[in-house]
Amino acid sequence: MTTSRPAPVPAAAQPPAAVPAQAAPPLLQSDIDREVAERQAAYEKARAAGAPVAHHPPRDYLPYRSSALRHPRQPPAAVSGDPDTAELHGPVFGATDVTELDADLTRQHQGEPLGERITVTGRVLDRDGRPVRGQLVEVWQANASGRYAHQRDQHPAPLDPNFTGVGRCLTDDDGTYTFTTVKPGAYPWRNHLNAWRPAHIHFSFFGTAFTQRLVTQMYFPGDPLFRYDPILSSVTDTSARERLVAAYDHGLSSPEWSLGYRWDVVLDGPSATWIEEGR
Amino acid sequence: MTATPPLPPTPSQTVGPFYGYALPFAGGGDVAPAGHPDTITVHGRVFDGAGAPVPDALLEFWQAGPDGSLAGAPGSLRRDPVTGAVVGRDGVEFTGFARVPTDADGHYALRTLPPGGDAPYLSVCVFARGLMHHLFTRAYLREDAGDALLAGLEPGRRATLIAAAEPGRHRTYRFDIRLQGDEETVFLEYV
Ligand SMILES: [Fe+2]
Repeated sequence: MTTSRPAPVPAAAQPPAAVPAQAAPPLLQSDIDREVAERQAAYEKARAAGAPVAHHPPRDYLPYRSSALRHPRQPPAAVSGDPDTAELHGPVFGATDVTELDADLTRQHQGEPLGERITVTGRVLDRDGRPVRGQLVEVWQANASGRYAHQRDQHPAPLDPNFTGVGRCLTDDDGTYTFTTVKPGAYPWRNHLNAWRPAHIHFSFFGTAFTQRLVTQMYFPGDPLFRYDPILSSVTDTSARERLVAAYDHGLSSPEWSLGYRWDVVLDGPSATWIEEGR
Repeated sequence: MTATPPLPPTPSQTVGPFYGYALPFAGGGDVAPAGHPDTITVHGRVFDGAGAPVPDALLEFWQAGPDGSLAGAPGSLRRDPVTGAVVGRDGVEFTGFARVPTDADGHYALRTLPPGGDAPYLSVCVFARGLMHHLFTRAYLREDAGDALLAGLEPGRRATLIAAAEPGRHRTYRFDIRLQGDEETVFLEYV
């Protein structure tokens, strides 16, 4: 019955079989690419006209579709701190809040997880370059196949019974944190058709002030998915974006054991010492 | 102290949907020692710009202790060294820190002690999938005419920062967070 088939249409014009005829056309990578490029160009034009560097992503960033209804439209209200401002102080953590094993994500189960064993280490600093000491660092990540141990992650990649993908530690006197883990896999998500996240580890940091709070993601150098990812691209400043990418450091690799990555972090926001020093 | 320019900060990225095994912890909203007579409950819901509940937000609270101290104390996620499980605060030190995920209805609840001193607010940090950069706000347990932030807001906006005592409920305060829209919560920037 081949003669009754309609003429083939170009692949890009074919709706996926699962989409009903009346549904909106699926959002394609090319749509996202165009939106990302428009925002990138607008930022660079503003910079050329003297606008300040945007170190953080704008909260209103449509290429990441989930942001649409979850960002405020009103500008933030300015709070100028004094020593009694609660946010210029912050929560503290100590030896009772972590156990020795927490920083090694490969030793939390009876067996060893599958994947490429890695060490990730770096220093946590404030904007004056002072180490953030004794503070909590938390991480979470997908396993080597790109699957989270989370029931809402339905990516049909294997779970690893020996990997939960969660760790924590306190920074030392030098501000250094260190984790042993496996390299996470890339994974698909549903922002648009054929959307894939580059491999990343989620990180959470506390500073000496609550204003320095940071949750972010660390990426691996040279990932071919960077240019397709609206979450990384939401950081429109190129050098800021590069600060989210760890460096492979051969000196941190262990012979016949693991590969090493270095990623230093600088916490933004006024710290308590800014106030003490009268700035 | 120094003429060197400040280091450029590491950018924020969204917390995403999959922080569940990492960030929430047992007793994360139980800052008050169990059975403390001064305990208050602060609760509410988080809504998006369409008025829908946000079921995957994570809220953190930081506050002065009942004595007004802003020093905090370790032990919010005290661990059992045998099993590694979180065993909760020791019921003696007031850590001042809470972390509570919203449930499927976008609801959260926190049990704490009122902050002492001059500043009657809980500082709130909001994380969520779709939110590129966390948001700060404050839950005031009373309207304070002398508070510079509240004084600078027009009344409708100011009301979004007030955790109102709920009639008929013992020592219970309601604090909803609206990420976007007509009754959008006032979010803060520290300068
Ligand atoms: Fe992720």
